[in-house]
Amino acid sequence: MYRYDEFDHQLVAERVTQFRGQVERRVRGEITEDAFKPLRLMNGVYLQLHAYMLRVAIPYGTLSSKQMHMLAHLARKYDRGYGHFTTRQNLQYNWPALDQIPDLLEELASVEMHAIQTSGNCIRNVTSDQYAGAIADEVEDPRIISEVIRQWSTFHPEFTYLPRKFKIAVTGHKNDRAAIKLHDIGIVIVKNQAGEVGYEIHVGGGQGRTPFIAKKMASFVPAAQLLAYLEAVMRVYNMLGRRDNSYKARIKILVHETGEAEMRRLVEAEFAKIDASQMLTVPQAEIDRIAAYFAPPAFETLPAQSASLDQARAADTGFDHWVGTNVVPHVQNGYGIVNISLKPIGGVPGDASDSQMDVIADLAADYSFDEVRVTHEQNLVLPHVKSDELKAVYDILLAHELATPNLGMISDTIACPGLDYCNLANARSIPLAQDISNRFADLDRQYDIGELKIKISGCINACGHHHVGHIGILGVDKKGTEFYQISLGGSADENASLGDITGRAFTEDTIVDAIENLVTSYIDMRDKEERFIDTYRRVGMQPFKERLYAE
Amino acid sequence: MAQHSAKGARFQAVTANRLTDGEVVYLTAQSQWSETFSQAAIADGAEASEALLAQALPADYEAHVLDPYLFEVLEDAQTGYQPASVREIIRAKGPTIRLDLGKQALAS
Repeated sequence: MYRYDEFDHQLVAERVTQFRGQVERRVRGEITEDAFKPLRLMNGVYLQLHAYMLRVAIPYGTLSSKQMHMLAHLARKYDRGYGHFTTRQNLQYNWPALDQIPDLLEELASVEMHAIQTSGNCIRNVTSDQYAGAIADEVEDPRIISEVIRQWSTFHPEFTYLPRKFKIAVTGHKNDRAAIKLHDIGIVIVKNQAGEVGYEIHVGGGQGRTPFIAKKMASFVPAAQLLAYLEAVMRVYNMLGRRDNSYKARIKILVHETGEAEMRRLVEAEFAKIDASQMLTVPQAEIDRIAAYFAPPAFETLPAQSASLDQARAADTGFDHWVGTNVVPHVQNGYGIVNISLKPIGGVPGDASDSQMDVIADLAADYSFDEVRVTHEQNLVLPHVKSDELKAVYDILLAHELATPNLGMISDTIACPGLDYCNLANARSIPLAQDISNRFADLDRQYDIGELKIKISGCINACGHHHVGHIGILGVDKKGTEFYQISLGGSADENASLGDITGRAFTEDTIVDAIENLVTSYIDMRDKEERFIDTYRRVGMQPFKERLYAE
Repeated sequence: MAQHSAKGARFQAVTANRLTDGEVVYLTAQSQWSETFSQAAIADGAEASEALLAQALPADYEAHVLDPYLFEVLEDAQTGYQPASVREIIRAKGPTIRLDLGKQALAS
């Protein structure tokens, strides 16, 4: 894992001190809320329905056990004993008091963590593939370049007051688990024909009110030139992005209105200037220095097959299901990637209690080379667990309600906090996720349905990724009452697509029946091994719609 | 953000969040901020509502609360008054998915 250098320590510590002074002056009435609000937002502090909310950055979704223990401790000491993992691989506390947040941030800084780049119109916390360094066929560990981008983007003076927020995601694998095409910039690490590693750059993706799939701006940017290229994109956006209308201020709108070809021309012209200056040429020695932090841990040489695992699976059906669903093959023989579902049946998607966080931290220390990952689908990962030790890990997870074997299934829903917490929401998301989870609680039924990604947002800002759900659900407000609009056919992976709206919205009382209707239609129409998304892509909207709205 | 009052709403009250901890508060008839909705002053009609909101905005209001606004309430045969929107019902009680948290937890 990356360790802070003296500069990182200093800038995080200084930021805490500054914010402490700002909070004190605000509470004493020396500065107005208008002056204070942008400052608190730059430190991840939002005001929600019931309380303040603090969003803590988890850069590229990687945590050590010490950091996870700290998140648990902070949940106990400053919050109500739990935290919420988000679709940006961050953690949110829902109840901190403003005057205690500086103390919280000071404790957080002691484990090299902070809330910088989790809010405001800056380059946000970089997100990445949760299987980084653990999955086979990876071109390069995406955390290396993610860390380079973090160092470049943190407090970048030119990009602190962008037209809007700016999100970057990186994948080093052909299977995209970071939804890179739904980001302002999405980076795919690739190799050219000469075998050199470089970066394919996608620009202008995003969800919200006006969703777009990103356009491929460059097919191969060499490693040394990556920052120059990113800076060129940022500079074009910063100069030309709209500041007159916050709904049209994201780079996706600029790319759409400017046109892909013209945008590419502008970026390349800017890139040529920056590149010629060599100001942002990344020295290979620095890349190597950072890469060393992400070197593979000291794996043992083990056989590909584990006899003890096979025996344990044969003896315990629950364990067998869990291995089949939640454990992914590892690049190293004799190891597995363990997905910890934060979607227990009827639970709150993405929530973990302080004691659960402590248990996961201990498991990371004891069984996974001290590493935990956060996924954008609001689950956690132990990236490097020995096959022989999967059963021990499972037993502990099971004892703490963390062993639900539903990864990628219909109950593995993404849901934003919605109207239960969020000041922007129009409708609740979490109760709907819970109702769907309870309706489809039966595991055999879930496995029969197969991969089905339901994503729920409580408003058009789309934090719950509804545009890219195989089934997406959007909560809307009609005169103070909640309604739910359905879309079909979205996807956030390497074949990214945006969902199509089915038609009129459903009430709180009818939405779960509507989802079941769609699932039944899929089962009736599917061809052999087709997933829901495959069937939808083959048959289209009409047959689903006819049955959904049949009287 | 949802609209807080329907056009032509008759009864309205004023709410805000407390500066120090974000707690939901309501403006009382004594121009104090209370944590409980039942203490909220209820204004009848548009003119009375605007007058109530004006009371929430003395020069030093920002030292105590954030962004006061009017929201619609409905007469309720059993409880007197209730917030009209789901949003304001949730603010008055707490998250519907965690009955152990928020104001509802203290009430029970």
